[in-house]
Amino acid sequence: MAKIHVSTTVNGEPTEFLCEPQQTLLDVLRDELRLTGSKEGCATGDCGACSVTLDGRLICSCLALGAEAEGHEIETIEGMADGDSFHPLQQKFLEHAALQCGICTPGFLVAAKSLLERNSNPSETEVRYWLAGNLCRCTGYDKIIRAVLECAADMRGA
Amino acid sequence: MNALTYESPGSVDEAVRLLAAAGSDAKILAGGTDLLVQLRMGMIKPALIVDVKNIPETTVIKEESGGYRVGSAVSGAELGEHDGMNNAWPGVVEALELIGSTQIQGRASMGGNLCNASPAADAVPAMIAADTVCTIAGPDGRREARVEDIVTCPGQTSLTAGEMVVDFYFPPRPARSGDAYLRFIPRTEMDIAVVGAGISLTLDEAGVCSAARVALGAVAATPLVVEDGAAALIGSTLDDAALEKLDAAARAACRPIDDKRGTIEYRTKVAGVLARRAAKIAQQRAEG
Repeated sequence: MAKIHVSTTVNGEPTEFLCEPQQTLLDVLRDELRLTGSKEGCATGDCGACSVTLDGRLICSCLALGAEAEGHEIETIEGMADGDSFHPLQQKFLEHAALQCGICTPGFLVAAKSLLERNSNPSETEVRYWLAGNLCRCTGYDKIIRAVLECAADMRGA
Repeated sequence: MNALTYESPGSVDEAVRLLAAAGSDAKILAGGTDLLVQLRMGMIKPALIVDVKNIPETTVIKEESGGYRVGSAVSGAELGEHDGMNNAWPGVVEALELIGSTQIQGRASMGGNLCNASPAADAVPAMIAADTVCTIAGPDGRREARVEDIVTCPGQTSLTAGEMVVDFYFPPRPARSGDAYLRFIPRTEMDIAVVGAGISLTLDEAGVCSAARVALGAVAATPLVVEDGAAALIGSTLDDAALEKLDAAARAACRPIDDKRGTIEYRTKVAGVLARRAAKIAQQRAEG
Protein backbone atom coordinates (compact mmCIF):
# COMPACT_ATOMS: atom_id res chain seq x y z
CA MET A 1 0.00 0.00 0.00
CA ALA A 2 1.53 3.25 -1.14
CA LYS A 3 1.84 5.93 1.46
CA ILE A 4 0.25 9.31 0.89
CA HIS A 5 2.56 12.25 0.27
CA VAL A 6 1.33 15.36 2.05
CA SER A 7 2.60 18.93 1.67
CA THR A 8 1.49 21.20 4.47
CA THR A 9 2.64 24.01 6.75
CA VAL A 10 3.37 23.29 10.41
CA ASN A 11 4.05 26.24 12.73
CA GLY A 12 4.84 28.39 9.73
CA GLU A 13 7.34 25.96 8.19
CA PRO A 14 6.59 24.25 4.88
CA THR A 15 6.52 20.56 5.80
CA GLU A 16 6.19 17.34 3.86
CA PHE A 17 5.50 13.87 5.18
CA LEU A 18 4.38 10.42 4.15
CA CYS A 19 1.47 8.81 5.98
CA GLU A 20 -0.83 5.82 5.90
CA PRO A 21 -4.47 6.60 5.03
CA GLN A 22 -5.71 5.72 8.51
CA GLN A 23 -3.03 7.69 10.38
CA THR A 24 -4.52 10.60 12.25
CA LEU A 25 -3.02 14.06 12.18
CA LEU A 26 -2.03 13.44 15.80
CA ASP A 27 -0.22 10.23 14.81
CA VAL A 28 1.62 12.10 12.09
CA LEU A 29 2.59 15.02 14.33
CA ARG A 30 3.93 12.73 17.03
CA ASP A 31 5.31 9.74 15.13
CA GLU A 32 6.41 11.18 11.79
CA LEU A 33 7.25 14.81 12.59
CA ARG A 34 8.35 14.13 16.18
CA LEU A 35 6.25 16.99 17.51
CA THR A 36 5.26 15.20 20.71
CA GLY A 37 3.78 18.19 22.54
CA SER A 38 0.28 17.28 21.36
CA LYS A 39 -0.90 14.39 23.52
CA GLU A 40 -3.25 11.49 22.97
CA GLY A 41 -5.70 11.26 25.86
CA CYS A 42 -8.93 9.68 24.69
CA ALA A 43 -8.52 9.46 20.89
CA THR A 44 -12.25 10.14 20.58
CA GLY A 45 -12.37 13.95 20.64
CA ASP A 46 -13.51 14.23 24.25
CA CYS A 47 -10.38 15.36 26.14
CA GLY A 48 -8.75 18.02 23.96
CA ALA A 49 -5.16 16.99 24.83
CA CYS A 50 -4.40 16.80 21.08
CA SER A 51 -5.75 20.30 20.30
CA VAL A 52 -4.14 22.06 17.33
CA THR A 53 -5.39 24.66 14.89
CA LEU A 54 -6.01 23.95 11.22
CA ASP A 55 -6.17 27.16 9.17
CA GLY A 56 -6.72 28.98 12.46
CA ARG A 57 -9.62 26.79 13.54
CA LEU A 58 -9.30 24.83 16.80
CA ILE A 59 -9.68 21.08 16.25
CA CYS A 60 -8.78 17.75 17.85
CA SER A 61 -5.89 16.34 15.84
CA CYS A 62 -7.04 12.83 16.80
CA LEU A 63 -10.21 13.45 14.75
CA ALA A 64 -8.47 14.48 11.54
CA LEU A 65 -6.48 12.28 9.19
CA GLY A 66 -2.90 13.21 8.42
CA ALA A 67 -3.85 13.25 4.75
CA GLU A 68 -6.35 16.04 5.45
CA ALA A 69 -3.46 18.41 6.24
CA GLU A 70 -2.61 18.70 2.53
CA GLY A 71 -2.42 22.37 1.58
CA HIS A 72 -3.46 23.60 5.03
CA GLU A 73 -1.74 25.39 7.89
CA ILE A 74 -1.31 23.56 11.19
CA GLU A 75 -0.30 25.24 14.44
CA THR A 76 0.76 23.14 17.42
CA ILE A 77 2.01 23.82 20.94
CA GLU A 78 5.57 23.73 19.58
CA GLY A 79 4.84 26.95 17.69
CA MET A 80 3.57 28.83 20.72
CA ALA A 81 6.76 30.10 22.40
CA ASP A 82 8.86 32.68 20.57
CA GLY A 83 12.27 31.02 20.71
CA ASP A 84 13.21 30.91 24.39
CA SER A 85 10.45 33.34 25.36
CA PHE A 86 7.20 31.86 26.60
CA HIS A 87 3.91 33.00 25.18
CA PRO A 88 2.14 35.09 27.85
CA LEU A 89 -0.32 32.22 28.41
CA GLN A 90 2.51 29.79 29.08
CA GLN A 91 4.06 32.23 31.55
CA LYS A 92 0.72 32.77 33.28
CA PHE A 93 0.07 29.02 33.56
CA LEU A 94 3.40 28.70 35.40
CA GLU A 95 2.67 31.63 37.71
CA HIS A 96 -0.77 30.30 38.60
CA ALA A 97 0.38 26.68 38.89
CA ALA A 98 -2.33 25.95 36.34
CA LEU A 99 -0.90 22.51 35.70
CA GLN A 100 0.16 19.50 37.69
CA CYS A 101 0.88 16.38 35.65
CA GLY A 102 0.98 18.43 32.43
CA ILE A 103 -0.63 16.02 29.99
CA CYS A 104 -3.58 18.30 29.30
CA THR A 105 -1.51 21.50 29.32
CA PRO A 106 -0.50 21.73 25.63
CA GLY A 107 -4.13 21.32 24.63
CA PHE A 108 -5.33 23.92 27.12
CA LEU A 109 -2.69 26.39 25.94
CA VAL A 110 -3.49 25.92 22.24
CA ALA A 111 -7.22 26.22 22.95
CA ALA A 112 -6.82 29.27 25.20
CA LYS A 113 -4.62 31.01 22.61
CA SER A 114 -7.30 30.36 20.00
CA LEU A 115 -9.90 31.95 22.32
CA LEU A 116 -7.85 35.08 23.04
CA GLU A 117 -7.18 35.57 19.33
CA ARG A 118 -10.93 35.80 18.80
CA ASN A 119 -11.99 37.46 22.04
CA SER A 120 -9.49 39.61 23.93
CA ASN A 121 -11.90 40.16 26.83
CA PRO A 122 -13.76 36.92 27.53
CA SER A 123 -15.97 36.51 30.58
CA GLU A 124 -15.31 33.64 32.97
CA THR A 125 -18.33 31.86 31.50
CA GLU A 126 -16.98 32.29 27.98
CA VAL A 127 -13.60 30.89 29.02
CA ARG A 128 -15.23 27.90 30.73
CA TYR A 129 -17.43 27.09 27.73
CA TRP A 130 -14.61 27.56 25.22
CA LEU A 131 -12.41 25.18 27.24
CA ALA A 132 -15.19 22.66 27.95
CA GLY A 133 -13.58 20.29 25.45
CA ASN A 134 -10.29 20.23 27.39
CA LEU A 135 -10.28 17.87 30.34
CA CYS A 136 -7.93 18.12 33.32
CA ARG A 137 -7.91 15.54 36.10
CA CYS A 138 -5.48 17.43 38.37
CA THR A 139 -6.22 21.10 38.81
CA GLY A 140 -9.97 21.33 39.23
CA TYR A 141 -9.86 23.92 36.42
CA ASP A 142 -9.98 26.99 38.64
CA LYS A 143 -6.30 27.85 38.29
CA ILE A 144 -6.49 27.35 34.53
CA ILE A 145 -9.50 29.65 34.18
CA ARG A 146 -7.82 32.31 36.38
CA ALA A 147 -4.59 32.09 34.39
CA VAL A 148 -6.45 32.62 31.11
CA LEU A 149 -8.50 35.54 32.47
CA GLU A 150 -5.46 37.24 33.97
CA CYS A 151 -3.46 36.70 30.80
CA ALA A 152 -6.25 38.25 28.75
CA ALA A 153 -6.27 41.27 31.07
CA ASP A 154 -2.47 41.63 30.85
CA MET A 155 -2.49 41.33 27.07
CA ARG A 156 -5.21 43.98 26.79
CA GLY A 157 -3.15 46.30 28.97
CA ALA A 158 0.08 45.69 27.07
CA MET B 1 -8.55 -7.21 5.39
CA ASN B 2 -8.96 -4.51 2.79
CA ALA B 3 -6.27 -1.87 2.65
CA LEU B 4 -7.75 1.55 3.26
CA THR B 5 -7.55 4.17 0.52
CA TYR B 6 -8.04 7.92 1.03
CA GLU B 7 -9.34 10.12 -1.75
CA SER B 8 -10.01 13.84 -1.71
CA PRO B 9 -11.91 14.68 -4.89
CA GLY B 10 -12.37 18.26 -6.03
CA SER B 11 -15.89 17.86 -7.42
CA VAL B 12 -19.18 16.19 -6.56
CA ASP B 13 -19.11 14.22 -9.81
CA GLU B 14 -15.71 12.77 -9.00
CA ALA B 15 -16.80 11.97 -5.43
CA VAL B 16 -19.89 10.16 -6.70
CA ARG B 17 -17.82 8.15 -9.19
CA LEU B 18 -15.50 7.04 -6.37
CA LEU B 19 -18.40 6.23 -4.03
CA ALA B 20 -20.35 4.32 -6.67
CA ALA B 21 -17.33 2.23 -7.66
CA ALA B 22 -16.63 1.24 -4.05
CA GLY B 23 -20.26 0.67 -3.05
CA SER B 24 -20.80 -0.20 0.59
CA ASP B 25 -17.03 -0.33 1.19
CA ALA B 26 -16.87 3.47 0.96
CA LYS B 27 -17.39 6.03 3.72
CA ILE B 28 -17.74 9.78 3.33
CA LEU B 29 -15.48 11.95 5.48
CA ALA B 30 -16.87 15.40 6.28
CA GLY B 31 -15.88 16.69 9.75
CA GLY B 32 -14.83 13.20 10.83
CA THR B 33 -15.99 13.65 14.42
CA ASP B 34 -18.10 10.49 14.23
CA LEU B 35 -16.33 8.66 11.38
CA LEU B 36 -12.83 8.69 12.84
CA VAL B 37 -14.08 7.45 16.20
CA GLN B 38 -15.94 4.59 14.49
CA LEU B 39 -12.89 3.79 12.38
CA ARG B 40 -10.60 3.72 15.38
CA MET B 41 -12.95 1.58 17.45
CA GLY B 42 -13.23 -0.94 14.63
CA MET B 43 -16.97 -0.36 14.25
CA ILE B 44 -16.45 0.19 10.53
CA LYS B 45 -13.85 -1.21 8.15
CA PRO B 46 -14.15 0.79 4.92
CA ALA B 47 -11.90 0.18 1.93
CA LEU B 48 -12.26 3.78 0.81
CA ILE B 49 -12.63 7.11 2.59
CA VAL B 50 -13.84 9.97 0.40
CA ASP B 51 -12.99 13.33 1.98
CA VAL B 52 -15.58 15.82 0.69
CA LYS B 53 -14.00 18.96 2.14
CA ASN B 54 -12.11 19.88 -1.02
CA ILE B 55 -15.36 20.24 -2.98
CA PRO B 56 -16.50 23.87 -3.29
CA GLU B 57 -20.22 23.00 -3.21
CA THR B 58 -20.03 21.15 0.10
CA THR B 59 -17.94 23.73 1.93
CA VAL B 60 -19.57 27.11 1.30
CA ILE B 61 -22.64 29.04 2.46
CA LYS B 62 -24.22 31.14 -0.28
CA GLU B 63 -27.30 33.28 -0.70
CA GLU B 64 -29.74 31.91 -3.23
CA SER B 65 -33.20 33.24 -4.13
CA GLY B 66 -33.47 35.04 -0.81
CA GLY B 67 -32.55 31.93 1.17
CA TYR B 68 -29.30 30.21 1.99
CA ARG B 69 -27.63 27.14 0.57
CA VAL B 70 -25.30 25.56 3.13
CA GLY B 71 -22.72 22.98 2.07
CA SER B 72 -23.06 19.63 3.80
CA ALA B 73 -19.50 19.80 5.19
CA VAL B 74 -19.67 23.38 6.52
CA SER B 75 -18.57 23.27 10.16
CA GLY B 76 -20.60 24.42 13.15
CA ALA B 77 -18.04 27.15 13.79
CA GLU B 78 -18.42 28.50 10.26
CA LEU B 79 -22.22 28.39 10.39
CA GLY B 80 -22.15 30.13 13.78
CA GLU B 81 -20.14 33.00 12.30
CA HIS B 82 -22.57 33.51 9.40
CA ASP B 83 -24.75 36.57 10.04
CA GLY B 84 -27.37 35.70 7.45
CA MET B 85 -28.06 32.21 8.82
CA ASN B 86 -28.02 33.54 12.41
CA ASN B 87 -30.66 36.10 11.51
CA ALA B 88 -32.88 33.84 9.42
CA TRP B 89 -32.53 30.48 11.17
CA PRO B 90 -31.18 30.96 14.71
CA GLY B 91 -32.72 27.66 15.81
CA VAL B 92 -30.79 25.70 13.19
CA VAL B 93 -27.55 27.48 14.09
CA GLU B 94 -27.99 26.95 17.83
CA ALA B 95 -28.76 23.26 17.27
CA LEU B 96 -25.59 22.61 15.29
CA GLU B 97 -23.57 24.68 17.76
CA LEU B 98 -24.77 22.54 20.69
CA ILE B 99 -22.82 19.56 19.34
CA GLY B 100 -19.63 18.89 21.28
CA SER B 101 -16.79 21.18 22.28
CA THR B 102 -15.10 24.12 20.55
CA GLN B 103 -12.77 21.58 18.94
CA ILE B 104 -15.69 19.49 17.65
CA GLN B 105 -17.38 22.66 16.39
CA GLY B 106 -14.31 23.32 14.25
CA ARG B 107 -15.15 20.22 12.23
CA ALA B 108 -18.67 18.84 12.85
CA SER B 109 -21.11 19.44 9.98
CA MET B 110 -24.84 19.25 9.30
CA GLY B 111 -24.25 16.67 6.58
CA GLY B 112 -22.33 14.46 8.96
CA ASN B 113 -24.82 14.93 11.78
CA LEU B 114 -27.66 13.92 9.45
CA CYS B 115 -25.96 10.96 7.76
CA ASN B 116 -24.53 9.55 11.00
CA ALA B 117 -28.24 8.99 11.61
CA SER B 118 -28.26 9.09 15.39
CA PRO B 119 -31.75 9.45 16.88
CA ALA B 120 -30.23 12.06 19.22
CA ALA B 121 -28.55 14.20 16.52
CA ASP B 122 -29.03 17.82 17.60
CA ALA B 123 -29.02 19.51 14.21
CA VAL B 124 -31.63 17.19 12.68
CA PRO B 125 -34.82 18.17 14.57
CA ALA B 126 -34.00 21.84 13.95
CA MET B 127 -33.50 21.17 10.23
CA ILE B 128 -36.75 19.18 10.12
CA ALA B 129 -38.60 22.02 11.85
CA ALA B 130 -37.11 24.37 9.25
CA ASP B 131 -38.47 22.05 6.51
CA THR B 132 -34.97 21.87 5.08
CA VAL B 133 -34.45 20.25 1.70
CA CYS B 134 -31.15 18.59 0.89
CA THR B 135 -29.57 18.02 -2.50
CA ILE B 136 -28.41 14.44 -2.98
CA ALA B 137 -26.00 13.54 -5.77
CA GLY B 138 -25.64 9.97 -6.99
CA PRO B 139 -24.75 7.83 -9.99
CA ASP B 140 -28.13 8.66 -11.57
CA GLY B 141 -27.77 12.40 -11.12
CA ARG B 142 -29.18 14.73 -8.53
CA ARG B 143 -32.37 14.66 -6.51
CA GLU B 144 -33.85 16.66 -3.69
CA ALA B 145 -35.17 15.19 -0.47
CA ARG B 146 -36.64 16.58 2.72
CA VAL B 147 -34.39 16.11 5.74
CA GLU B 148 -37.19 14.30 7.59
CA ASP B 149 -37.02 11.51 4.96
CA ILE B 150 -33.30 10.77 5.35
CA VAL B 151 -32.88 8.93 8.67
CA THR B 152 -34.63 5.54 8.55
CA CYS B 153 -33.37 3.93 11.79
CA PRO B 154 -30.35 4.35 14.07
CA GLY B 155 -27.24 4.51 11.85
CA GLN B 156 -29.19 4.05 8.60
CA THR B 157 -30.28 6.54 5.95
CA SER B 158 -32.41 6.41 2.83
CA LEU B 159 -29.37 7.25 0.70
CA THR B 160 -28.43 4.48 -1.72
CA ALA B 161 -24.94 3.29 -2.65
CA GLY B 162 -22.93 6.00 -4.33
CA GLU B 163 -25.13 8.84 -3.09
CA MET B 164 -24.00 11.79 -1.00
CA VAL B 165 -25.62 14.87 0.52
CA VAL B 166 -24.24 17.93 -1.24
CA ASP B 167 -25.99 20.81 0.53
CA PHE B 168 -29.04 22.04 2.43
CA TYR B 169 -31.40 24.76 1.25
CA PHE B 170 -32.99 27.09 3.79
CA PRO B 171 -35.73 29.05 2.03
CA PRO B 172 -36.43 32.77 2.50
CA ARG B 173 -38.27 33.55 5.73
CA PRO B 174 -41.71 35.17 5.67
CA ALA B 175 -42.04 38.21 7.94
CA ARG B 176 -42.65 37.41 11.63
CA SER B 177 -41.01 33.99 11.53
CA GLY B 178 -38.80 32.40 14.16
CA ASP B 179 -37.28 29.07 15.09
CA ALA B 180 -35.65 27.56 18.15
CA TYR B 181 -34.02 24.34 19.29
CA LEU B 182 -33.71 23.16 22.88
CA ARG B 183 -32.20 20.00 24.19
CA PHE B 184 -32.00 18.52 27.64
CA ILE B 185 -28.76 16.99 28.93
CA PRO B 186 -27.75 16.36 32.56
CA ARG B 187 -24.85 18.84 32.27
CA THR B 188 -24.47 22.17 30.52
CA GLU B 189 -22.13 21.06 27.71
CA MET B 190 -20.59 18.08 26.00
CA ASP B 191 -23.32 15.47 26.23
CA ILE B 192 -25.82 13.61 24.06
CA ALA B 193 -29.43 14.76 23.99
CA VAL B 194 -31.88 13.08 26.37
CA VAL B 195 -34.55 14.97 24.44
CA GLY B 196 -34.31 17.61 21.71
CA ALA B 197 -37.12 19.83 20.42
CA GLY B 198 -37.08 22.02 17.30
CA ILE B 199 -39.87 24.45 16.44
CA SER B 200 -40.29 26.82 13.53
CA LEU B 201 -43.30 29.11 13.20
CA THR B 202 -44.71 32.17 11.45
CA LEU B 203 -47.11 34.71 13.00
CA ASP B 204 -49.65 36.90 11.19
CA GLU B 205 -49.97 40.64 11.83
CA ALA B 206 -52.24 39.97 14.79
CA GLY B 207 -49.73 37.61 16.35
CA VAL B 208 -51.69 34.48 15.46
CA CYS B 209 -49.60 31.51 14.39
CA SER B 210 -50.18 30.88 10.69
CA ALA B 211 -47.61 28.14 10.08
CA ALA B 212 -45.63 25.84 12.34
CA ARG B 213 -43.45 22.77 12.32
CA VAL B 214 -42.51 20.72 15.35
CA ALA B 215 -39.78 18.06 15.51
CA LEU B 216 -38.39 15.97 18.35
CA GLY B 217 -35.08 14.14 18.78
CA ALA B 218 -33.89 11.31 21.04
CA VAL B 219 -37.42 10.09 21.81
CA ALA B 220 -37.73 7.46 19.06
CA ALA B 221 -35.57 5.44 16.68
CA THR B 222 -35.48 8.42 14.31
CA PRO B 223 -36.08 12.14 14.73
CA LEU B 224 -39.85 12.73 14.68
CA VAL B 225 -42.14 15.21 12.93
CA VAL B 226 -45.02 16.05 15.30
CA GLU B 227 -47.86 17.19 13.04
CA ASP B 228 -50.39 17.31 15.88
CA GLY B 229 -48.03 19.64 17.71
CA ALA B 230 -47.89 22.00 14.75
CA ALA B 231 -51.69 21.83 14.45
CA ALA B 232 -51.98 22.79 18.12
CA LEU B 233 -50.03 26.00 17.49
CA ILE B 234 -51.57 27.05 14.16
CA GLY B 235 -54.48 29.44 14.69
CA SER B 236 -53.43 30.25 18.26
CA THR B 237 -51.45 33.04 19.90
CA LEU B 238 -49.50 30.34 21.76
CA ASP B 239 -51.77 30.81 24.76
CA ASP B 240 -51.76 28.31 27.62
CA ALA B 241 -54.40 26.10 26.02
CA ALA B 242 -52.42 25.83 22.76
CA LEU B 243 -49.20 25.11 24.61
CA GLU B 244 -50.95 22.40 26.65
CA LYS B 245 -52.12 20.80 23.39
CA LEU B 246 -48.58 21.04 22.00
CA ASP B 247 -47.22 19.46 25.19
CA ALA B 248 -49.74 16.60 24.91
CA ALA B 249 -49.02 16.07 21.20
CA ALA B 250 -45.27 15.94 21.85
CA ARG B 251 -45.74 13.42 24.65
CA ALA B 252 -48.06 11.32 22.50
CA ALA B 253 -45.49 11.18 19.69
CA CYS B 254 -42.70 9.83 21.90
CA ARG B 255 -41.59 6.22 21.57
CA PRO B 256 -38.36 6.48 23.57
CA ILE B 257 -35.99 3.92 25.01
CA ASP B 258 -35.01 3.53 28.66
CA ASP B 259 -31.30 4.07 29.13
CA LYS B 260 -28.78 5.58 31.50
CA ARG B 261 -29.57 9.09 30.30
CA GLY B 262 -33.31 8.93 30.83
CA THR B 263 -36.26 6.65 31.44
CA ILE B 264 -39.21 6.39 29.06
CA GLU B 265 -41.42 8.37 31.47
CA TYR B 266 -38.80 11.06 31.95
CA ARG B 267 -38.04 11.53 28.26
CA THR B 268 -41.75 11.68 27.47
CA LYS B 269 -42.42 14.37 30.06
CA VAL B 270 -39.37 16.41 29.10
CA ALA B 271 -40.36 16.28 25.41
CA GLY B 272 -43.56 18.14 26.22
CA VAL B 273 -41.77 20.70 28.38
CA LEU B 274 -39.05 21.40 25.80
CA ALA B 275 -41.59 21.71 22.98
CA ARG B 276 -43.49 24.36 24.98
CA ARG B 277 -40.33 26.30 25.82
CA ALA B 278 -38.95 26.11 22.26
CA ALA B 279 -42.29 27.35 20.93
CA LYS B 280 -42.17 30.40 23.21
CA ILE B 281 -38.59 31.20 22.15
CA ALA B 282 -39.54 30.82 18.47
CA GLN B 283 -42.52 33.14 19.10
CA GLN B 284 -40.30 35.78 20.73
CA ARG B 285 -37.89 35.60 17.80
CA ALA B 286 -40.78 35.89 15.35
CA GLU B 287 -42.01 38.99 17.17
CA GLY B 288 -38.48 40.35 16.71
